[in-house]
Amino acid sequence: MTEKQRQERAGLRTVNQAVPKKDAMQLLLGKPVYTDDITPRDALVVKILRSPHANAIVEEIDATIARKIPGVVAVYTWQDVPQTRFTIAGQTYPEPSPYDRLILDRHVRFAGDAVAIIAAEDEKAALRAMKAVKVRYRVLEAVLDMHTAKDNPVLVHPEEDWYPSCPVGGDNRRNLVASGASGDGDVDAVLARCDIVLDRTYHTKAFNQAMMETFRTYTELDRYGRLHVISSTQIVFHVRRILSRALGIPKSRIRVEKPRIGGGFGAKQTAVCEVYPAFVTLQTGRPAKLIYTREEAQTAGSPRHEMEVRIRLGAGSDGRIRAIDLYTLSNTGAYSEHGPTTVGLSGHKAIPLYTGNLEAYRFGYDVVYTNHQSAGAYRGYGATQGIYALETIVNELAERLHMDPTRLRDLNMVREGMQMTSYYNEMANACALDRCMEHCRQIFHWDEKYPVRDMGNGKVRAAGVAMAMQGSCISNVDVGSATIKLSEDGTYNLIIGAADMGTGCDTILAQMAAECMDCGVEDVAVFGADTDASPYDSGSYASSTTYITGKAVEQACAELKRKICAIAAGMLGCAPEEIVFEGRQVRRASTGETVTLEQIGYKSQVSNNIAAEATASHSSPVSPPPYMVGMVEIELDKETGQVTVLDYMAVVDCGIPINPALARIQTEGGIVQGIGHTLTENVQYDHNGRPIESSFFQYRLPTRLDMGRLRVEFEHSYEPTGPFGAKSIGEIVINTPAPALTHAIYRATGVWHREIPITPEQIALSLEKDA
Amino acid sequence: MMELKLTLNGKPLAASVEPDCLLIDFLRAHGCLSVKRGCETSGCGLCTVLVDGRPVLSCSMLAARAAGHSVQTLEGLQDEAAGFVRFIASQGADQCGFCNPGFVMNTIALLRENPDPTDDEIRAYLAGNLCRCSGYDGQLRGIRAYLDSRKGGPAHD
Amino acid sequence: MIQIQTYVQAQTLEEAWQLNQKRSARILGGMLWLKMESLPVSTAIDLCRLGLDAIEETEEQFTLGAMVTLRQIEQHAGLNAYTQGAAARAVQDIVGVQFRNMATLGGSLWSRFGFSDLLTWMLSMDTWVQLYRGGLVPLEQFAAMPYDRDLLVRVIVYKRPGRFAYQAMRNQRTDIPVLNCAFSQMEGVCRAVVGARPGKAIVLRDEAGLLAGGITPERARAFAQWAAERTPTGSNSRGSAAYRTHLVKVLVRRAAEEAGGNAL
Repeated sequence: MTEKQRQERAGLRTVNQAVPKKDAMQLLLGKPVYTDDITPRDALVVKILRSPHANAIVEEIDATIARKIPGVVAVYTWQDVPQTRFTIAGQTYPEPSPYDRLILDRHVRFAGDAVAIIAAEDEKAALRAMKAVKVRYRVLEAVLDMHTAKDNPVLVHPEEDWYPSCPVGGDNRRNLVASGASGDGDVDAVLARCDIVLDRTYHTKAFNQAMMETFRTYTELDRYGRLHVISSTQIVFHVRRILSRALGIPKSRIRVEKPRIGGGFGAKQTAVCEVYPAFVTLQTGRPAKLIYTREEAQTAGSPRHEMEVRIRLGAGSDGRIRAIDLYTLSNTGAYSEHGPTTVGLSGHKAIPLYTGNLEAYRFGYDVVYTNHQSAGAYRGYGATQGIYALETIVNELAERLHMDPTRLRDLNMVREGMQMTSYYNEMANACALDRCMEHCRQIFHWDEKYPVRDMGNGKVRAAGVAMAMQGSCISNVDVGSATIKLSEDGTYNLIIGAADMGTGCDTILAQMAAECMDCGVEDVAVFGADTDASPYDSGSYASSTTYITGKAVEQACAELKRKICAIAAGMLGCAPEEIVFEGRQVRRASTGETVTLEQIGYKSQVSNNIAAEATASHSSPVSPPPYMVGMVEIELDKETGQVTVLDYMAVVDCGIPINPALARIQTEGGIVQGIGHTLTENVQYDHNGRPIESSFFQYRLPTRLDMGRLRVEFEHSYEPTGPFGAKSIGEIVINTPAPALTHAIYRATGVWHREIPITPEQIALSLEKDA
Repeated sequence: MMELKLTLNGKPLAASVEPDCLLIDFLRAHGCLSVKRGCETSGCGLCTVLVDGRPVLSCSMLAARAAGHSVQTLEGLQDEAAGFVRFIASQGADQCGFCNPGFVMNTIALLRENPDPTDDEIRAYLAGNLCRCSGYDGQLRGIRAYLDSRKGGPAHD
Repeated sequence: MIQIQTYVQAQTLEEAWQLNQKRSARILGGMLWLKMESLPVSTAIDLCRLGLDAIEETEEQFTLGAMVTLRQIEQHAGLNAYTQGAAARAVQDIVGVQFRNMATLGGSLWSRFGFSDLLTWMLSMDTWVQLYRGGLVPLEQFAAMPYDRDLLVRVIVYKRPGRFAYQAMRNQRTDIPVLNCAFSQMEGVCRAVVGARPGKAIVLRDEAGLLAGGITPERARAFAQWAAERTPTGSNSRGSAAYRTHLVKVLVRRAAEEAGGNAL
């Protein structure tokens, strides 16, 4: 941080402050603010009849009896829907995810795929109708193992009209969604010269976001006869575009808005359920509502991509990491959503961590279709899988070299000022990873906790470490926008298209606006997101809202200040350049005359030609990584295999945190999700490839008794391209638990487990074998 | 349909219900929209309400079984909740908010039963309230700050 | 989604019994499992008006009504004093306080689920089930009986002086157990009860006298080994048969040692 940056930070009034979320009291007092709370109770109930088979053709479907059930309004089958393929991935057009879906397809591709849409006056009638629809399937052989998917004679998408709207190296005749390779230097040659080469393969499963509010959408025709969609979504503008293509109606006939969202974590970056009630409303003209059951969210949702990551890591005997060869096999499931893009992060947001001495790298990948539930976007977005693998192999290297793994990282990590060859040659302009490591070592008491301690009774204590990075947007793609308007009492309205899904971005963006306009956070009312009212925003994903939309807020505020000064100049009869903006008032520098913001606000509504509002859009050519170090201490019961997390400590560099309290909670929440994926959340399949963990009874989220004690601190850097020096925080925080826990479990047991979750059974039986 | 009489948030209420109507659906139909459904397997705690003062899962109770009893939802306990939830807000631990009503209701039950709980007692009592956003620690810090403030100790508000 | 045609709060046990003779009728416990079933119920019979929601303690016994909740058991001072805290340990990790406020003793025992913590724990004591028609039956016998249309009215635990312990292994703290184990030493007789095998709990008495002469670490290990050889285990999503057999050795030994170390 430069002296100027330090001074700027010291002068901050509303940014870098722990302001409570603007919606906090509404949420904590249980006010009706979510989709199901604010939409009519008497809307048609929409239910989806789902395939019991992993791969089948609907030979015959007869809804005659179902349609006659009292209260049943409609039953739609594949014969009733448009035949234009689309993707439900919420991505900037043209989407990298191939168009491979129909609203209802005669070919069903996973156990849970939609077969019929039922609309009824109440839930009971809808459920009766579901039982009454008669379907005859021709069951096909299914592809259930991602290792055999590529070039398998069984094709998940044999259709002629499969359409990739971007070239991503896919081929539906090979069950390949995407394929590619990149690199720098001669990896094989460098590996050949390394003193030590480790070759390891790691496996991560299709973990579920398990946000507390499942997918849900309400649709109606508004007073203009347009399709009005109220949905729990992170991506209102993408939903509008997706619906437009899927339903064959122009975007001018669609309005999409989001109310409060009960969690997303990326799941709601895919239009998982919007199209079904929208189709019902267009067909019937009636309001319709679809609320996914927890079982649907678990089995027909949009979970993480299962990945297998093979790494060859070359190092000198002194610990210098010289070459990384990383290949990822990713399982997108039955449809393509986010397949071609998540895989990229498994290399590009892992390898740059070791820029320090890296002479060469190679990153290759294949993304395959299988007859599993379709994967999608989940916090971390492929980086989590890649970092788990890379951080684990680095820990394996440290153990092999008998080096302290934190010192090994000191030697190799990316540092400020380095150019990251494996990260599109971006410069590490703001990077406090080295300080994060030192800071975390101190607060964790690494030197005391790293040695394994026998506690008696078969219990041992051990520690593990991992680093992480992420991005702060999709560079050269994401667009964030903000509109800020002056009201006549001198307060502001901030209108955004980004989606606060509990993360607090409404508040964070208001803090930035208040900082710019020199007013209180309470003087900025925030509204979002609504395609009719909000300026265009890609949506809240890819860790982009603070970094991208935040910058748009800064720019919109600067523009509004100029306009306010121009209006005031008219009032004072001088040139706008003479006016100085002072927050609650403006001053004509030469005379000292002032006009209050309130006066300007009223003036803007009388005989005025200058809009007292401004809109700005922002994109970034770079995506500055946040960095993080996590350390965990566990107690492991060698007899039962039970792992008890004692302490998890993390130090994060997210640039300048806009709201330290919210940044801390983001970090804590991400860590606990990561603990869940590593220890308690299993994903196993039945013979049809359907998750056995189809409910919270089976899919075990960590409770507050499963996560130990957390301690989160920050090391500041100043990102010159971010608003107020900020980088992102939302995703990176999920990346360290899997490798850190894997490491600690190795320390306690002497066994490397190269798949997560690591169950007590795996730990206990691996030790029994040893004994 | 059957007739049902109960006390809802302190007011007598008579209504007709289907015998298999679950209390959560009955309550939402009667304007208590704070009551949320998070699972179908009695395991998330989002639907927690108080029946005769005891916290129960309204998703797993027939409305008919509430006949003659007093049912309280967060709509009826706004003042009691307001006392401590601002400490949760100060931590930013409300997050998406969907689990908040159930968590707040069970915290009310905890503090009525045990006005001065230890951190471990808080964790144990609230173990049946899942939260996917916050990582739980901020909720604990908020409750702790509230308890400290009541003792006149350091308020981390 | 549960479907119930009629809901009745029975005024007498006889009425409840009569209503329950129809195959599609169901007695309501806490409803926590019942509500997940989709089989239609013609008459849901509630025993809530029959005063079966209390735990009574005398010099000789505890009498627990069928509608006593798991939370009542967890918090009952007498039961916990008698079992050296095993009562609370057996139930305190079951989901959450709200769940335990609803789940009933009668519902839990009647279901005779393999994963039941309550059944495993109660089998370690001198526990009897009072059936409306069937009379007083030892819990162990009841656990083996086929489901019929009788009513479980009360549970009686005779206070035989003893030492008790409870151990369970869970993959996540509030999950159902991968394996559970209760151990008791009553009037010199040791027994281990192993449940969540994943099948129904079985009772293993120390017939070989491996623990005769007092519980030492070596004897506890031998007894656990003996128990593992006699405990059939199976596999499901939470654990394999091999892991469960391994856990029998660990948990039985630990429970025996715990009970051995408990003061009377």
